Formats: sequence, C-alpha cells, structure tokens
Amino acid sequence: MKLQRVAALAKKNLLALVREPGALFMLVLFPVIATVAFGLSFGTAGSGQPAYEVGVVNEDLSGLRWSQYLVGNLSETMILNVQNYSDRSVAQSDLSQGRIQAVLIIPDDFALSCSSFWDSPMDPSRWINTTVTLFLDSGSLFATQAIPTIMQQTLSVSVYGIQPTSASGPVSIGSPSLVDVSKLTTFDYFAPGFFAFFAIFLIMTVSQSLVFEREKGLLRRIRTTPTSSSEFIASQAVSNMIIAMIQVAIVFLVATLVGYRPLGDATSFASAFIVLSIFSLCCVGFGLIAATLAKSSGAATGIAFIFIMPLMFLGTFVSVGLSAIAKEAGKFVPSYYVTDALTSLFLRGAPVTSPTILLDISVVTIYSVIVLMLGIILYGKYGKT
Amino acid sequence: MTLKETAIIVESLTRKFEDVTAIDGLSLTVDRGELFGLLGPNGAGKTTTINILCGLLEPTSGSVKVGGYDVRKEPNKVKKLIGVSPQETAVYPHLTGKENIELFANLHAMPREELKKNVDELLQKLSLRDHAKRQAGKYSGGMMRRINLAMSLVHDPEIAFLDEPTVGMDPQSRRAVWDFIRELKKQNKTVLLTTHYMEEAEELCDRVGIIDNGKLISLGAPQQLKKQFKARNLEEVFLQLTGRRIREDV
Repeated sequence: MKLQRVAALAKKNLLALVREPGALFMLVLFPVIATVAFGLSFGTAGSGQPAYEVGVVNEDLSGLRWSQYLVGNLSETMILNVQNYSDRSVAQSDLSQGRIQAVLIIPDDFALSCSSFWDSPMDPSRWINTTVTLFLDSGSLFATQAIPTIMQQTLSVSVYGIQPTSASGPVSIGSPSLVDVSKLTTFDYFAPGFFAFFAIFLIMTVSQSLVFEREKGLLRRIRTTPTSSSEFIASQAVSNMIIAMIQVAIVFLVATLVGYRPLGDATSFASAFIVLSIFSLCCVGFGLIAATLAKSSGAATGIAFIFIMPLMFLGTFVSVGLSAIAKEAGKFVPSYYVTDALTSLFLRGAPVTSPTILLDISVVTIYSVIVLMLGIILYGKYGKT
Repeated sequence: MTLKETAIIVESLTRKFEDVTAIDGLSLTVDRGELFGLLGPNGAGKTTTINILCGLLEPTSGSVKVGGYDVRKEPNKVKKLIGVSPQETAVYPHLTGKENIELFANLHAMPREELKKNVDELLQKLSLRDHAKRQAGKYSGGMMRRINLAMSLVHDPEIAFLDEPTVGMDPQSRRAVWDFIRELKKQNKTVLLTTHYMEEAEELCDRVGIIDNGKLISLGAPQQLKKQFKARNLEEVFLQLTGRRIREDV
C-alpha cells in the first residue's frame, strides 16, 4: 500500500467537504446549526427561565422542614420551575390543560418518614414508609424522559443528603441514577447523542460521492492506474475519520459556546474522539453498501437513509422517548453504544476504564469492523461498475 | 522500464455482452513508438477494445499483451506502463485543473520533483496555465477535455490510450491537442488513438485499423489505404468498405 496514493485520494475527499456546498452543509453547517438551536432551546444559554413547569402539592403539614427542603432543591435545578399548589385537583387540572408538565404530591407523612430514617438509619423496621407521587404530561416527550430522573435524584439528595447507591430508605423514589441534576439541563442530557447523530450522515455523503464517481467514470479512470482497492478504501476511511473528528471538535466547541458543560476530563474528550473515529468506519461501511445498491446519486441518498433512520432513531438522542421494544431494538445498532459511551463519559462522569465504556467501545469496534468488511466485499464485487 | 519492439499484441480478441458481440476476433499489433489509429463509427467496438487493453474489461476469448505483459495475468504491471484518456471527460469538478492532474500523478506514485515538473509542463503545453487554479467544474468543454488528456499523461507513460481525445473540441483546441500528440510520437511513445474523425487519423497516425461491428475490416498506413482504394481520403475508404459514411451514426 502506497501512502502517497491514500493521502492524495483522502485529500481529494476532504477538499470536497470544503468546496461542495452540499457536503459542507451536511457535515459541518448542519451540526453547527442544530447544536446552536438545541443549545439555545434547551441549554443554559438560551434563557434564564427553567425549561419545565412543575407543580408541587405539599400535603405535609407537620411543620417539619423536610418538604420545604425538597421543594427548595427542586427549585435550584435549572431545568425546573416550581409552582406551589395548595390543592391537588387544581394542580392536576393545570397539568391536564398543559399549563404545567408535571405534578409532585408530597404526602402528609413525608417529614415523619424522613425523620424516622434519620432517627434509626440502620434499622428499617422503625422507618415509616411513604410514597411521593408524580404525575407527568404524557404528551411531552422531554418531560416524560427528563423529569422523573431529576425528581428521583433531587429526592435522594434531599432525603438522604447523598447520592445513594442502593434504594434503601423509607421514601419510595425508584431507582436513582448518578446524575448531578442540580447542574444539568435538557441539552446536557441530549448532547452525547448529538455526536453520533451527526456522524451518521457520513453514510449519505460517502454513498453519494462513490456513486457520483462511478457515474462520472472517475472510478473506472482510477482503476486504470496502479491504485489498489485497499488503497482506495483506506483513503475513504482516513478522510471520513478526519471528518468525524472535525465534526466532534466543532460540535464540542459550539455546544460549549451555548452552555454545554460536560463532566469528564481530557481523557474523556480523547476517548470521545476515538469512539467517533471508530464509528465513522462503520458509517463508511454502510456508505459502501448503500453505494453498491444504488444505481444513481439520487438513489444513493434514499438507500443511505435506510441505514441512517434506524441508527438515528434507535441510537442517538432521538431515541429518548421510544417504547420499551424500540429501546431494546436500539441495542442492535452501533450508534446506541456510541451514545451510551459518551453519556457515561460526559453525563455520569464515568472514567474511560469503566466496564460500561470499555464494553461500549468494544461493541462499536466489532460492529464497525464487520460492517466495513461487508461494505468492502460487496462494493468490490458489485459496486465498482 | 523498457518495452519490447511490439508494444501491443491483440490476438483473436472477442468480447460479448450477453448476445451482442462487441468485438469479433480482432487481431492487430502496434509497434513501439507507433501512433496507431483505431477508426470506426460509434458502437464499432473501439472503446471496448481500449477497455480490454487497459484491464477494465475481461475478454470473452483471445489474448491481449501490452508492453509484453498479459493484461489478464499481470494487470498491475500493465497499469504502470499505460496512460488512459477516456472518451467521456472524467475529472473531479471540485478540484482545480492542476489538482486533478496532481491527483493522478500521485496515483502513479510519482516523485515530488518530477510530479511538479511534469504538471507545469503539461499545463503549459495544453495552454491551461492561466486556468490551473480554477475549479474544473467551471471549465469550458474544450478545457475540460485538455485536463482529461493531461491527467492521463502526467506520469509520462510508455503507452497512451487516447479514446476520442478531440471529440467536441473547437478547431483551435483540436490543433493544440494534435500538436501535443505529435510530440508524444517524437518522444518515441506508443499511442493508440481512437477517433471517428478521419482527418484526425490522416493527420496524425502512422497506421490505422478500421473496425466495424467489432471486426477489423482494413489495416494499413493512411496513404497506403487511400492508394489501395483509390480514394481521396479515409472517409471514402470507409464508404467503399461498408457502403456507409463513418459519421452517419454520430
């Protein structure tokens, strides 16, 4: 393999990104515009007002401060705007009319329950068990996904003063996550999925460019030179890995400008670049398959979307709000593992060496190798002419 | 790499596309340093012949040797010897003219200094220097064809396959390309040229092979053929051989 050939072909691909308006829009401007739009809409930069209206009905009249403490913590989250209601029917009426997105009912024995825990933290037989009730606007995609997690986390911190690692306590709060809700916005929840989302569109540009080169006789022309298939494919892989990294850098930069403040350190960022570079190989593989099946540039776009849609809907931020079945199906698409790895890195603050992230990277790598090999074989056999 | 005296040997070449026979038992040789013209109307089998000679198509039967190498058995050795200018202009519109030429020089793994020298010389010879930094997509048809030609010859190949190199060109561009092709001959390069312009073949070629319906129907120097058929030009030769004008189908 001659690096001179690979570098020349990769340079040709990268110049297309800069000089062809369609590619420039899809791979650079679209991520910038979408990140700014989402960031301003759901991040801290767009508004000083919290994103969701939450009604709180405090039925605990014991005079103890536990419930006020909980309401105070909820108000401190940047994503919630707490409105107090004295009557649960009024709150539920506002919820049904869409004026608020959620109602939290603090039961009358809430303070007693909390106190019972702190009186005998090691003796569950002396706890007074109770349940905090939460109603959600089922028509709000974001509310149904984001609010329960924030509620559970805030309850944990309010009642126990720590982020618990097990669900032992008198107040029913479900399974707590490791999300630091007091600093996070909706945009922070969605941002990890953004990176995979934009990289997925490499499938379309790869397939379009390959079909264009085939239609214009450029592939035939290259085949009259000593350039081997492996050199040609390597140039696609190199150029698209570079494009993926440029995308990641741009999205990070723009997201940061609109208020995104992910957890993690330099290693986390380096890992994100690596994960997305590997994933870009998978996209090249899908692009090769789409180019093999497509007979024209127009068809290439359509066929590319056959691969793009499931990767996008089942494996990126778009997957938030899907049914349980669709979420299970998401485990069969590589973008799910990319998003999961980035979520662990930037939302949960997990170290790169954590088993979850290593597993995610392994799955993405295996998936990418298989798809790329399949693409190379199919394209080599049926796609050149 | 030195070539044997016979640069191209085609023996009993046949190529079928399903039930259509594009080339039917074609045999010919082209000597080293010869400028050979393959003449015939559209669909005669000229481009198919070139595609087989440069390894893009497998023959149905027969054998083809280029530079002494069997194209089927040693395609990579053949590709190092040849330069192919396709009939349809195949250039990257987003690259400048110069970048297109440099890309193909790099695909032939040319050393940097030689690459720069050859690219500059070609741009000069084909009157493209002033437009070298414009994107090829914005070129006129004639300029596009000249870039197309330069991309195939930048690596200074021993054997050049030029498939209709002047089709669609204005007379001035055509003259410039003819001069360029004559210079290739002076450098002792072997050129196989396809054309349906008879005056082009008469002007440039040492020998011509006239093919029709995939069969070689006549072979010889233009003067010799004109004398043999008592014709004023090759157009009349073709008319006598087939009863048709060569460009009726164009």
